[in-house]
Amino acid sequence: MNLKAKQKRPVQTHIVVFIIPALIIYTVFVVYPFLVSFRLSLYDWKGLGPMIYVGLGNFVKLFTKEPFNQQFFNALKHNIIFFVVTMVVQNLVGLVLAIILSRRIKGSAVFQAVYFLPVTLSLVVVGYLWTLMLNPMWGTVNLILRAVGLGSLARPWLGDPHTALLAIIFVNAWQWIGFPLLVFLASIQGIPDEFFEAARIDGASEWHVARYITVPLILPSITMVTIMTFIGTMNAFDIVYTMEGILGSPFFSTDVLGTFFYRTAFGTVWGTPGNLGFGSAVAVVMFLMVLIVSYTWLRITRKHEVQY
Amino acid sequence: MVNRSRVGSLGRIALYILLVAYGLTIVYPLFIMLCNSVKTGQEIFANPFSLPSSFAWDNYSYVWSVASFNAYLKNSVFVTVVSVFLVLVVSSSAAFALARYRFTGNTFLYLFFLSGLMLPIRLGIIPLFVLMKNLNLLDTYASLILTYTASAIPFAVFILTGFFKALPKELEYAARIDGCNEYRIYYQIMLPLVRPALATVAIFNFVQTWNDFFIPLVFISSDHLKTVPLGMTNFFGQYQTDWNYLFAGLTLATLPTLIMYLFMSKQFIKGLTAGAVKG
Repeated sequence: MNLKAKQKRPVQTHIVVFIIPALIIYTVFVVYPFLVSFRLSLYDWKGLGPMIYVGLGNFVKLFTKEPFNQQFFNALKHNIIFFVVTMVVQNLVGLVLAIILSRRIKGSAVFQAVYFLPVTLSLVVVGYLWTLMLNPMWGTVNLILRAVGLGSLARPWLGDPHTALLAIIFVNAWQWIGFPLLVFLASIQGIPDEFFEAARIDGASEWHVARYITVPLILPSITMVTIMTFIGTMNAFDIVYTMEGILGSPFFSTDVLGTFFYRTAFGTVWGTPGNLGFGSAVAVVMFLMVLIVSYTWLRITRKHEVQY
Repeated sequence: MVNRSRVGSLGRIALYILLVAYGLTIVYPLFIMLCNSVKTGQEIFANPFSLPSSFAWDNYSYVWSVASFNAYLKNSVFVTVVSVFLVLVVSSSAAFALARYRFTGNTFLYLFFLSGLMLPIRLGIIPLFVLMKNLNLLDTYASLILTYTASAIPFAVFILTGFFKALPKELEYAARIDGCNEYRIYYQIMLPLVRPALATVAIFNFVQTWNDFFIPLVFISSDHLKTVPLGMTNFFGQYQTDWNYLFAGLTLATLPTLIMYLFMSKQFIKGLTAGAVKG
C-alpha cells in the first residue's frame, strides 16, 4: 500500500510548465506530420480538390506502373551505388587517415581542423563550387589535367552519364570525410595504449595491428558511421539538385530517391503536376527501407562487438 | 619505452606528404573561390590560376545589393538565431524536468522525444506542407522557425538530459532549503552548469539550420524571404556565365561559417560529432 502511494506521484504544475512547450511543438510539427504521411499514402490527392481513397493503390502504382517503377528502381540503384562508393571513398579513406592521425603526428590538430572544415559548409555551396570546378571548359579540374599533360582525361564530368553520378559522390565525400574521420579518431584514442604496445612487442605489423586490434575495438563506431552513411545517402537531395537539377540530369543518370520523391510530391515547373498522396507513398517506402536495413545491420553487428 | 610507431623516418615523410596533399585537396577549391571572387570576369578565364591582379570589389557590392544577397543573409541570420534560441529554451527546460523530477510518464516522455531522432523530417514534409498551408504559414519565417525548432528538439533533449542527470542532487536540495522555487533552481542554478552542453546543441543546430535547403525550397516562394542556400539556386540560374559574381556569392555564403570555424574549430568539431562520439 505504502509502496504504491510512493510510486504514484501527481504531476506538479512546474513540471508541466517545463515540458509542455517542447512537447507541443515537437508533437505538432514532427510526430503528427509523420503519422499523417502514412494515412496520406493511401489517398490520391493533388493538393486541391477531393482526396480519393485508393488503399494500397499508390504502392502498386509505384512498383508496377511505367514510368514510375522505372524511375523508382533507377533512383534506388543510384542510391545503392551512392552508399557503396561512399563507404569506400569516404569512410575507408577516413579510417586510414584516422589511423595515421592517431600516431604522434606533429600538427595533428591542424590536419583535423582542415579535414573537418567542409562539414560545416552548406551542401548547396559545396555543390555549386564544384560545379564550377568541374566545368568542362573553364573548370579548375580540367585546366589542371590539361596543364600537366593529361588533357585526354579531361571530360565534361557532370554532363557525361558515365561520370556524373561518381563525380557527385566524390564531391559529397569531399565534404563529409571529416566526420567519420574524427569519430574514428576519437574512438581509436579511447583504446588503451597497452593493447598497441603489447602487439608491437610481439612483432605485429601495422596491417595486423589495424586489422586485429584497431578495427575490432572501434566496431561500434564503424557500425554507427555505416548506418549514418546509409541514412544520409538514402536522403541525398541537395547535392543532386544543385549539381544536376531536379531531373537528375543527364538523362536521369544521377536521379536519386530524394529527387524522385520531390518530383512525385510537388511536381516540376515544366508542368508535371505533383501528387501529395503518391508522394507520401514514396516517402513511406523510403522510410521503411531505411528502418529495416538499419535495424538488421544493428542486429548483425551487435554480435561481433568486443568488450574491453 | 616502446616506440609507439615502427614507421621509419622515410615512411614518416611519406605520411606527411599524404596528409598535406589531402589537406590541399580541401583548401585549394576554397582558395580558388576566394581568389576568383575578386577577379574580373575576363581575368578568371584568362588567368585562372594566378592571384588576382587587382581587387574587383564591385563583384561583392553587385552581389550584395543587385542580387539581393543582403536580404538572403538577413533572412538566414534571423531564422537561424530565433530557431536556435527557441530550441535551447524549450529543450533545456524539458530536459531539466525529465532529468531532475520523478513523475508518472517520465520515461515514456523521454523515449517519446528520443524517437524523433529516428524520424526523418522529409518523411513528414508533405503533411507539414499541408499543415502550414492550413495555418496560413506558407511563405513566412514562422514556417521555417517552427519546423527547425521542432525537428531539433529530440537531439537537444537527448544531449541536455544527459548533462542535467550528471549534476549532483545536493545543489538542488541546498537551493530549496534557501527558499528557491523550482523555476529559479532551473534558471539560476542548473542552467549555468550545463553551458558546455548548451554550446554543443547551439552549434549543432546553427550549422543544420544555416545550411538547410530543403525546408525553404518547399515552404518559401517569395524572393525576399529566401535564405542563403535557397537564394543561391536563384542566383546561379540567373548569372550562369558571370563567374566573378558566382564566386563572390559563394564566398559571401561561406564566410560567416568559415570565420566562426576559424575561431572555434574545436567547439564545432565537438558540437557536430556529439552523439556520435562517446563522452
